[in-house]
Amino acid sequence: MTEQTRQTQVQAMSDTTIRVRQSLKKRYAREKRFRLFGMIAIIASLTFLAVLIISITIRGLPAFKQTFINLDVTLDAQTLGVDETADENALRRANYNGAIRNSLLELFPDVSSRKEKRALYSFVSKGGQYDLQAQVMADPALIGQTVNVWLPVGDDTSGYLRGHIDTTLPEKKRRFKDNQIAWVEELRSNGQIETRFNSTFFSRGDSREPELAGIKGSLFGSLLTLLVTLTLSFPIAVATAIYLEEFAPKNRWTDIIEVNINNLAAVPSIVFGLLGLAIFINFFQLPRSAPIVGGLVLSLMTLPTIIISARAALKSVPPSIRDAALGLGASRLQVVFHHVLPLAMPGILTGTIIGMAQALGETAPLLMIGMVAFIVDVPTTLTDPATVLPVQIFQWADLPEKGFVEKTSAAIMVLLGFLILMNATAVFLRRKFERKW
Amino acid sequence: MNKENTIPALDIDQQTPNEQTIEEIVASLGDTVGEARVENPKMSVSGVDVFYAEKQAIFGVDLDIANNEVISMIGPSGCGKSTLLRCLNRMNDTIPICRVTGEIMLDGEGIYSKDTDPVLLRARVGMVFQKPNPFPKSIYENVAYGPRLHGLNRNKADLDDIVVNSLRKAGIYDEVKNRLDDAGTSLSGGQQQRLCIARTIACSPEVILMDEPCSALDPIATAKIEELIDELRENYAIAIVTHSMQQAARVSQRTAYFHLGKLVEVGDTDTIFTNPKHELTEKYITGRFG
Repeated sequence: MTEQTRQTQVQAMSDTTIRVRQSLKKRYAREKRFRLFGMIAIIASLTFLAVLIISITIRGLPAFKQTFINLDVTLDAQTLGVDETADENALRRANYNGAIRNSLLELFPDVSSRKEKRALYSFVSKGGQYDLQAQVMADPALIGQTVNVWLPVGDDTSGYLRGHIDTTLPEKKRRFKDNQIAWVEELRSNGQIETRFNSTFFSRGDSREPELAGIKGSLFGSLLTLLVTLTLSFPIAVATAIYLEEFAPKNRWTDIIEVNINNLAAVPSIVFGLLGLAIFINFFQLPRSAPIVGGLVLSLMTLPTIIISARAALKSVPPSIRDAALGLGASRLQVVFHHVLPLAMPGILTGTIIGMAQALGETAPLLMIGMVAFIVDVPTTLTDPATVLPVQIFQWADLPEKGFVEKTSAAIMVLLGFLILMNATAVFLRRKFERKW
Repeated sequence: MNKENTIPALDIDQQTPNEQTIEEIVASLGDTVGEARVENPKMSVSGVDVFYAEKQAIFGVDLDIANNEVISMIGPSGCGKSTLLRCLNRMNDTIPICRVTGEIMLDGEGIYSKDTDPVLLRARVGMVFQKPNPFPKSIYENVAYGPRLHGLNRNKADLDDIVVNSLRKAGIYDEVKNRLDDAGTSLSGGQQQRLCIARTIACSPEVILMDEPCSALDPIATAKIEELIDELRENYAIAIVTHSMQQAARVSQRTAYFHLGKLVEVGDTDTIFTNPKHELTEKYITGRFG
């Protein structure tokens, strides 16, 4: 290398250095800006999430508590209209409400006008009589005795006790009148009013009375529906994915099928509801509002989701594993079931759980097949009329009573809880069974 | 190097001078120099052409693979040596666009004939791949998989014997005997490759095909594998594809030189490396291209 060429090289290098230095500043500034935007995006989405969760929690938490009133109810045969020898049917139909009303009147003997009486009676929920009924039916010997019971309070009373009623408003403008306030305060100072954990919310189905409404019915409806969805969509989707990924020839037909599966995943869910209505209910004459139809419709909806994620999971298994097994003389089916499928399973399960979570939160297609009816009973079989959690939320959100506003938020909390649980399971499975090669 | 495993035709393209087609170049190479046939061949390749869709990757190859002998296949990238190797146990069946014509015989029976089951063929003709690919299972399970698949063992003790013997033959038993339950993937690269060889031996194949078995390994691991190949020669017919001419010279008795899908020259390794007859072979082994 001559002296001259070396010099030109040095010259060229310093030229490069200068140019790179100039551009560096710009490059770093660009990177900084990009990071800043990323941070802003994350903070914004976290804020929205926090606002959502906090507002729902604040609104929903009171629904997990219920207020009870303590009463000495005299179960005299005359008021009830039955005696201890009565049969079960008569016991069921006995006038427990009358007994409760009598005990309220005993507490406030001054009440005499019809209007005042009605105001007083509203203290106890209409569901109170069912509690009493259950006690008496379990032990008919109670008739003629006086029992000390805690009964749920009515919606307005409950609203007042939770501070939802603005007492500064003129009496005419509020649902809870001055005399009622006086009585309640007297009861409260006597220790006859107590707030406890709301077990009703988890142990009963829907009701027209907010203090009696629970999510057990819709929860069971959701579970039964998801059971049908899972048992149908998981095996079908996995079999489809395996066939398409491992066995099917790559030609125009499989291309068409692939495009259609991807399209199905993007079809609005209400369309699946219409399909279910037309095929399962109108054509196959399956019962309306039943978890079996809901499950069928939701499996149609989740199938593409699971197929797509299962295919991705199968595709991510390295071809060297297939080569190794084939090279040892395994048949193609053996290659799949001994090696590829176990390795792809965490991915497939993750996709399945995400699909299930989607199905759990789905409302629109179920409206089409009649799972939106008012159903009080807890479903126990696949053909019982049922509703599901998100539809229950949808129904409660429509009702004006303060109690239902709380219940709506509380049901959303339960639904979100299940969704978080399912997604956490997906993450856990992925972590646990993730293998390296 | 990796490209070659998928579709060699791509590489051929790059090497083709503009004015000539591959077919013309191949024709200009002339007939194969040297003796392609041996007495009593284990496998015998006759007039084999291989196509990837419309592109021809191998042109009329004749070659014998003898018992108790290592034959090495050398040549520049994309010359079709791996393609030919994968034809020998029909691993090319997994590539839908791949088409093989001509005849390949194993013990006098055509392996592409309708009566031959590829599953049985692959049990008889084992393969070791370029990248060590143990199953993500225990070392024991890796080796036991083949025998279990083919029902080679009568009971558990039998299987234990097969596993231990195979690991011993692959020269890895002493290193892993205390941790047979560890994952096969937890071993080092060289150990993984010997595990893969043990896995292949466990099926008691008659022929072992090796596709650049040392290209992902360091020199010490390579030396161990080469030593192992030399020992295995006593019991098996071995065909090895390699990019290292030193390796071909060290482990093989016969060498075949491929160029653009054509078998250019084949013969005793000593002769090929000391006195190559074809101009291209000489250029390649003296390092003037490739």
